[in-house]
Amino acid sequence: MSFLILANEQPAPAARRAFLGKSGLLLSGAAVALLAGNEALAAKKGGESTEADVRILNTALGAELEAVAAYQVGAESGLLQKPVLDLAVTFQGHHKEHADVLAKTIMKLGGKPVSAKEKYSFPVETLKNQADVLRFAAMLEKGAVSAYLGAVPLFGNRDLSKAAASILGDEAMHWAVLRNALGEAPVPSAFVS
Amino acid sequence: MRALLVLASAVLLTPCALAASPAQIKAGEAVYARCLACHSLQHDRTGPRHCGLFGRRAGSVPGFDYSDAMKHSKIVWDEKSLDRFLTAPMKVVPGTSMGYAGIEDRQERADLIAYLRDAGTKQPCAK
Repeated sequence: MSFLILANEQPAPAARRAFLGKSGLLLSGAAVALLAGNEALAAKKGGESTEADVRILNTALGAELEAVAAYQVGAESGLLQKPVLDLAVTFQGHHKEHADVLAKTIMKLGGKPVSAKEKYSFPVETLKNQADVLRFAAMLEKGAVSAYLGAVPLFGNRDLSKAAASILGDEAMHWAVLRNALGEAPVPSAFVS
Repeated sequence: MRALLVLASAVLLTPCALAASPAQIKAGEAVYARCLACHSLQHDRTGPRHCGLFGRRAGSVPGFDYSDAMKHSKIVWDEKSLDRFLTAPMKVVPGTSMGYAGIEDRQERADLIAYLRDAGTKQPCAK
């Protein structure tokens, strides 16, 4: 699996930072981080548009919390071997970061963030090996890409659209890496839907 | 002759009543992949389960935490109501938790609905 080689050949931290800086990824991450502390957002509190934005954010938060739980199931299944296990934990960490920034943004807008459910129902009976877990995770990540794509045009506040698009990009990378790990074409088409 | 024409017209005007082709169901399954971050057939997730969808009153899956808007929408899910809702969920049910722009393409909606109809008759939905 070629992605395993890539996972073991991470560039040195300095080189990676330089790459990320050049690619604009650091800027995107900063934009999201700033969102939760954006005073302009707080000033826009109230109104039907903001209520709708909060509802969309809360649905996204619910899905992110579910993704965190799903990766936990995968990590604890005993079916993932290193370095795939490390990859799953890394992706779970991203979802935790998404959930954190979404919750903070919802509060900033005067809303109440949803909490993680006490129990989630996943098709654990169908997960028999590492490939099954990867396939399940890839399915969730693809769904997340579509969900964010469907949310981006709906926000009344364009800063929120930008943040959602940033998360969408991260989910798409997860999906591609998981597909690659399964031996499938990592990027199956020029567009996502 | 006239009766035959009326019958033929009725059939042509109700394409959803016809059985979907395997190709359409497969196409619908591909569209359904877009829903899988929040939905599944069998289990309630961020969104409610889809088994038992047809003929179900919106907002009525026991134990699922719906928005007030969905609970009070008075929608009963069938081909027609699904087609309308899936076009623009937040416009059709303002206040819904389903923060999704919708599926603009009529054929994609028809394929998805055909898949959901078919899936409801098979495992894991069928008892």
